[in-house]
Amino acid sequence: MSDMDMEDDGSGVVKKFMFLNRKAPHGTVYALEGLEVVLITAAFDQDVSLVFTDDGVYQLMKGIDTKGIEVKDFSKTYRALEGYDIEKLYVDRASMDARGLTEDDLIVDVTVMSDDEMKNLMAEQDVVISF
Amino acid sequence: MLHIVNKSASERSSLDSCLKLASKGSAVLLIEDAVYAATKGNAAAAKIQAAQADLKIYALGPDLAARGMAGRTLDGVNVVDYGGFVDLVAEHSNCQSWL
Repeated sequence: MSDMDMEDDGSGVVKKFMFLNRKAPHGTVYALEGLEVVLITAAFDQDVSLVFTDDGVYQLMKGIDTKGIEVKDFSKTYRALEGYDIEKLYVDRASMDARGLTEDDLIVDVTVMSDDEMKNLMAEQDVVISF
Repeated sequence: MLHIVNKSASERSSLDSCLKLASKGSAVLLIEDAVYAATKGNAAAAKIQAAQADLKIYALGPDLAARGMAGRTLDGVNVVDYGGFVDLVAEHSNCQSWL
């Protein structure tokens, strides 16, 4: 099969993907693994929404300095998502409030959503993947 | 006794269990995702503040920094580095890690 055939095969199918991030960044590997899957999905030109709720909102904190715990600081990668045409970043307002956080604390621009708005966004997805 | 908690209070019940069972005069060291509980505005902050009447609360500095939480700890929470962690273990006759 030529490259051209492969490109034609299944092209034009764009699904709505939601990546639901609910874990804090370093205590488990979920946040980092989720981010890597998001970048892979971007390569397939899908309609990607990134959602941060519960402890997942901590992934977007400004001022992260991981030198002391000797792990990779992947927080800067969230700022690079725009370059991969991933621009739909949503944060749950209640989760921010419960953690004393505001949009100013976050490393990227996000849309802050109410529970109802989040509920509707989730309902319209073709695929939801949880990290 | 030194109690060590490493899980987020918004995800697990280990901090609640620890604070419920730690006896007066004990020390509680928050590490890894548990450090969020000792930050201003967190839903668990009131529990930490109430516990400070009977317990000494510590948080591991490198874990706070790695989470963008340096400088956001509650008043009265003692931030320690890895050397301080070792000192705490050495100063107490026994320690318990809440998994």
